[in-house]
Amino acid sequence: MTHPPTTNSLGLDTTPRLADPDAVYEALIDAHQGLSPEQSALLNAKLILLLVNQVGDAHIVAAALAEARRGL
Amino acid sequence: MDAQELPPPQDRVFAYRRSPDQDAAAPARHPVVIVGAGPVGLAAAVDLARRGVPVVVLDDDDRLSTGSRAICFAKRSLEILDRLGVGRRLVGKGVSWKVGKVFLRDAPVYSFDLLPEDGHANPAFVNLQQYYLEAYLVERAAAFPHLDIRWRSRVTGLEVRPDGVLLTVETPDGPYRLSGAYVVACDGARSAVRGLMGLESRGRSFRDRFLIADVRMAADFPPERWFWFDPPFHPGQSVLLHRQPDDVWRIDFQLGWEADPEEERRPERVEPRIRALLGQDADFTLEWVSVYSFVCMRMERFRHGRVLFAGDAAHGVSPFGARGANSGLQDADNLAWKLHLVLDGKAPDALLDSYAAEREAAADENILNSTRSTDFITPKSEVSRVFRDATLLLARDHAFARRMVNSGRLSEPSILRDSPLNTADEDGFAGAMVPGAPCADAPVLGPEGRGPEGRDWLLRQVGDGFTGLYFTDGRPPGGDILAGLRALDQGPVPVRCLAVHPAGTAAADGLVDGDGLVARRYDATPGTFYLIRPDQHVCARWRRFDPPRVRAALARATGQDPAP
Repeated sequence: MTHPPTTNSLGLDTTPRLADPDAVYEALIDAHQGLSPEQSALLNAKLILLLVNQVGDAHIVAAALAEARRGL
Repeated sequence: MDAQELPPPQDRVFAYRRSPDQDAAAPARHPVVIVGAGPVGLAAAVDLARRGVPVVVLDDDDRLSTGSRAICFAKRSLEILDRLGVGRRLVGKGVSWKVGKVFLRDAPVYSFDLLPEDGHANPAFVNLQQYYLEAYLVERAAAFPHLDIRWRSRVTGLEVRPDGVLLTVETPDGPYRLSGAYVVACDGARSAVRGLMGLESRGRSFRDRFLIADVRMAADFPPERWFWFDPPFHPGQSVLLHRQPDDVWRIDFQLGWEADPEEERRPERVEPRIRALLGQDADFTLEWVSVYSFVCMRMERFRHGRVLFAGDAAHGVSPFGARGANSGLQDADNLAWKLHLVLDGKAPDALLDSYAAEREAAADENILNSTRSTDFITPKSEVSRVFRDATLLLARDHAFARRMVNSGRLSEPSILRDSPLNTADEDGFAGAMVPGAPCADAPVLGPEGRGPEGRDWLLRQVGDGFTGLYFTDGRPPGGDILAGLRALDQGPVPVRCLAVHPAGTAAADGLVDGDGLVARRYDATPGTFYLIRPDQHVCARWRRFDPPRVRAALARATGQDPAP
């Protein structure tokens, strides 16, 4: 199994950056507990908007969008 | 009898023998009674017996485990079992592995290596049917006349008294009573001792069912752990494949909560699932089939006075991290030396409280990891499944997502960071060997126990008791240092001190760090001294050897210094 480089030409860093990824993943899932599918979709959208603002770089956001869209 | 002449472990029947205790006028009193002759009870029994403590083991059955059950034994377990004298048999018989591969549908997503560095005596993992481990421990137990395993002896009554625990034992000859100054309950997830004491193990159950099929066949999959999410041969669910010795393969199929356990156990249901994976004309026989669901749970406290709970009796996890039997063996490893010191009058009874504190924290860590893995493998909501699938899709190309894919976080020994037995660092150290950490292994050249090339392993030189490691600059310790090291060995709780010399030293005494890995893994410089517990966890370390500090740390590590 070979993997392509993890930082693409647009500067999107996909190397591991979290000290405890399992804990963050768990928090993401737990945040949805008790929500309807519509509420979950809304939570995800709000979360993305918050994180996009935190990233604060339209080029990075565009690169992430392209990567997320790939293969769909 | 020679080991080769014995029937295979799964066919052995152990004779019930009448004990003189059954004819005693008053209940016979024993220092330690262990309930349950599974891997944890047997490991605790052999450990205590090695230390000279007389032990009675009671088991309600007369056979070893049915089916392969626990199969993945982690490096730390192998180190513990090495100390008990059976580790090399496990490694010799078992299938060593360290690589895990994860597949999404029909494509590999990524692989991981659980032991990417050399310089360890034991492999990352050995796969071996549980009954082999039990058989090796039973054979080892036979070497100790003061270790008495009583088969077909079921505990049916328990009365806690101020000076011990009175047990009623049901046998083919009827009941009798005996008492233990301490009782160690290693009687499994449905612990009879726990029930008799009105105690519970509580936690979260998972709404999913899994089929275990042990299949005997000639196949050429490599000795690796393979995990599929949503494979074409078992769509919508997960599958786990492990290789065991004797041409036996463990295949674990996720079935979903709606599956009927009785129905799914039938060979005509199981065989098509296996053919879907192996091919329609695959040639195999079914060794063992089981359908299970699981609970991540634990008892609130592992110590109830003179009764100590260990292994599945105390805590339970899902099978995906191999954290059941492995954590149970760490329980036994943690408890045996403490019981020995307390029974010998060399440590206060309160030392046993540290068993509970340390292993309860370890159980929490295992349950946390196990719960997270299970939530990933068995998404409990639609949105959780979407995140899981998104992670798997990203994992093909992106390292960050590979770190989030969770097909099981495989058993690692707990670092007992918050243990009351630790002495905090006063000096600066880098690396992993913090107080409470399990000692890293490393190759050494030793005067004793030289292997064929004069090679040995650090953890095989660290014995059953407290050990001091004194790192030299190549010159043997002399003067006050030598006197101080020798004095430690003469104390009421002896500390056997080993000099660790740098490569190239022609030492008559001590170990030579031929590859420099001991110094590197322990961040040691000349003069560094490590105090190591009998269960091979670091309890204290200094840049300079200072006997009063070592004695204070030893007092603390034996429960004699309750001050914070």
